[in-house]
Amino acid sequence: MRCLIFVEHSDGTVSESALELGAMAKSIGAEAVGLICAADPGAVNALAGQLGSFDAVIGVADDSLATYNPDAAARALTAATEAHKPDLVMTSYSAAGVDLAPNVAIRTGRQMVGYVSGLELDGDTLNAMSTVYSGKLVARTGMDLPGIVAVMPGAVKADGLSGGAPAVEMMDVDLSGLRMRVTETLVPENTGVNLADAEKIFCVGRALGGTEKIELAENVAAALGAELAGSRPVIDAGWMPKVRQVGKSGTKVKPRLYLMAGVSGAPEHLEGMANSELIIAINSDEQAPIFGTAHYGAVCDMFELMPALTERLTAGK
Amino acid sequence: MHIAAILRLNPVLTEELEVDEDGRDIDREWIGLELNPFDDQALEQAVLLKEATGAKVTALAAEAEGGERLLKTALARGVDEVLLIEVGEENVQLSSRARAPLFQEALEGLAPDLVLTGVLSTDDIYGELAPQLGALLDWPQVSAVSNVALGDGVATLQQEYSGGISARIEVQLPAVVGLQAATQPPRYVAGSKLRDLLKVEVPTVEPGADFGADLADATELEVPDTSGGAEMLTGDAEAVAARIHEILVERGLV
Repeated sequence: MRCLIFVEHSDGTVSESALELGAMAKSIGAEAVGLICAADPGAVNALAGQLGSFDAVIGVADDSLATYNPDAAARALTAATEAHKPDLVMTSYSAAGVDLAPNVAIRTGRQMVGYVSGLELDGDTLNAMSTVYSGKLVARTGMDLPGIVAVMPGAVKADGLSGGAPAVEMMDVDLSGLRMRVTETLVPENTGVNLADAEKIFCVGRALGGTEKIELAENVAAALGAELAGSRPVIDAGWMPKVRQVGKSGTKVKPRLYLMAGVSGAPEHLEGMANSELIIAINSDEQAPIFGTAHYGAVCDMFELMPALTERLTAGK
Repeated sequence: MHIAAILRLNPVLTEELEVDEDGRDIDREWIGLELNPFDDQALEQAVLLKEATGAKVTALAAEAEGGERLLKTALARGVDEVLLIEVGEENVQLSSRARAPLFQEALEGLAPDLVLTGVLSTDDIYGELAPQLGALLDWPQVSAVSNVALGDGVATLQQEYSGGISARIEVQLPAVVGLQAATQPPRYVAGSKLRDLLKVEVPTVEPGADFGADLADATELEVPDTSGGAEMLTGDAEAVAARIHEILVERGLV
């Protein structure tokens, strides 16, 4: 059995998620073949050198692949899938993986499963576990191969560099007439808010309901000496600036304390904070998936809890 | 310029979800439905683009129930036209893969310059409709997008990666975009505006295309086992606050 893994990279470094996909392929007894798209063969080789656990690498080099280009990458992954006919195509469930897995599934006539948290091989059937309904349910899908999966970052631990650099085979893909171009890479401005290095974070979620009660959250953060953060709905609703977002499309954090109120714990949020040393979650919904990840939890109303906690913290100083 | 916004209903996720008897679907008897939050962003972006450029906006849905009300909300939000694709009342559980050929057919008829829909929907194992439509229509597609602007034959948009990094991408039209966040948060619609639309007829179309073949029959749902998760603190807010404070003191965190 052979898995073709779309290898994401930035600034000359392969992503952790690519190494995780390699480990996942090995866990079902498959060969791991990486697809590296980069600007030139030298860059492909340098990246392949970081994939010691992989069995082989297919390289596609073109100026348009210097940074991730959804149109070019979809063509390259489609071409590699059609040429090499892997049993399973694997992408991370990242922005690129969201673009590529369903798109290439249609282009190649394969079935796909997204939000994958685990794989088991049962004869010719691949059982894929997916996190659906924002983590409230798990779907178990028996997929006949060949297929495609998009795997949640952090679903398995990455392999270390266990072997030498895999052999690289370059492949020609027609990338003429691309219908999009990347004009600029944007990095966040330094705003003085640094969640990534914060020792303590107090994060509030959608249940905050608006900006009217944000002062209650600010008071908890101040009494705790913590940075205030928000989950994606809080940022998308404009209640807090983007720089305070924790999660998949925000900042990944690993503080000593991650206290959270009104955050359900969607997989996209967990991806950004699940490695925190101590996680304490308050939610009014006893079925909130965050209780599966937190160390301590309490089912209670955040608007009653926040002032009570502020008072305790202030009195205890 | 013509923009199509694809809207989907999702179960309200703050409610308790249960799996039905055969384990293939959620128990829908008491479940509320709401506009998928990411489709809400797509709808807002479509209306913002209309206000900025004078583009026409058509909102599309393919729902077994609740589709009319959903599309009336879209009219109240400022879209020009709506179209409900009839899927049959019995098809309450349709994956994005099943519905994709129906949307493809409708979009080929409408021939919009830009298709906007939410980057994901959490209610099936495919979630991501935009990349499927990009492949079916053979149009360029970008997901995880914020900040869409329209130019002459192109859309300029921002694709968001982890760590707050993003890329500015110029895409030739027609194109399909999976939206993460609109340039501004979705606007509030007054109840009176919705009441004014009660008598409006929502146009419907019967699809000629078949549902896409998906893995619905090969998928079983279960409630995740969270035992071994959090140690639960009990009592009222005062008691929980006191216990949290104790834990923080024990760990030297305050």
